[in-house]
Amino acid sequence: MNASHTPRIDVMRSQLARARGLGSAKTGVDHWWLERMSAVALVPLSGWFVLQVLRLAGAEQQDVVEWGGKPANASMLLALMVLTFYHMQLGLQVIIDDYVHGKAHLPASLLLKGAALLIGLFAVIAVLKLALAPSTKAGA
Amino acid sequence: MQDVRDALYIGHRSDGTLTRRPMSPHLQVYRFRLSMFLSIANRAAGVAAAAGSALGVCWLNAASKGPESFKKVQKVTRNPLGKLALAGWTLALVYHFVAGLRHLAWDAGYRFEKKEINEDGPVAVGVTVGATLVLLASIFGVAACRSRKKKKAS
Repeated sequence: MNASHTPRIDVMRSQLARARGLGSAKTGVDHWWLERMSAVALVPLSGWFVLQVLRLAGAEQQDVVEWGGKPANASMLLALMVLTFYHMQLGLQVIIDDYVHGKAHLPASLLLKGAALLIGLFAVIAVLKLALAPSTKAGA
Repeated sequence: MQDVRDALYIGHRSDGTLTRRPMSPHLQVYRFRLSMFLSIANRAAGVAAAAGSALGVCWLNAASKGPESFKKVQKVTRNPLGKLALAGWTLALVYHFVAGLRHLAWDAGYRFEKKEINEDGPVAVGVTVGATLVLLASIFGVAACRSRKKKKAS
């Protein structure tokens, strides 16, 4: 088709009739909004994380255990882990929506959701184990 | 036009004449622009940041398991190749953070004019490179100071 000539509409249908039958978008706004909200929450959490990384750079396991045993650190870390992997799942889902078509879309989406959930749970359990470990200082 | 779906690509100009709307971007006909590189780089950085975060969870897990597991992870983080990976993860996180802030600003209705977007692009690159270098220098600097102190103590 020649793109330069002015297009003409031969199909006599109203705008409503065109939209009908194409199907609703079903979801979209909630996904978009949750992506933004988790991003907003991750801004201060990332700032906190950078400070902690600077405190822990080159640390030995003992230092990390002591750090993770503090309830404030553990809470922030839990919030960071949950929101990071939630935001990751939302973002990667959009990539799947963009590039994976047809029958592969559903399995790919489910695989992503499962993987994100498991990695997130793994992170949460690791943080909880650090947080709830008996204090090495109290024992000494 | 015979296919009804083509009708969805027809739009009106402000003077009322019909025009064919642009379809999805065709990379082979568009001239390279910084804004399009920064857009796809944000997506790539998000994927890289996610992969790095999964590795970060392995670090956390090793710390919670015990000193021996942690030693294994340290072998990776103290290896030059591991350090390179850490640097790459940092770059991805910083850029995704910067580009994310731009997106939040755009969503709120700021800096969304074409001129403003083109002005902000190089700034985003500069901020990303600068912040990444400062962060990496401080992280590796703190780590080096700590190991030197440990050597003196032992």
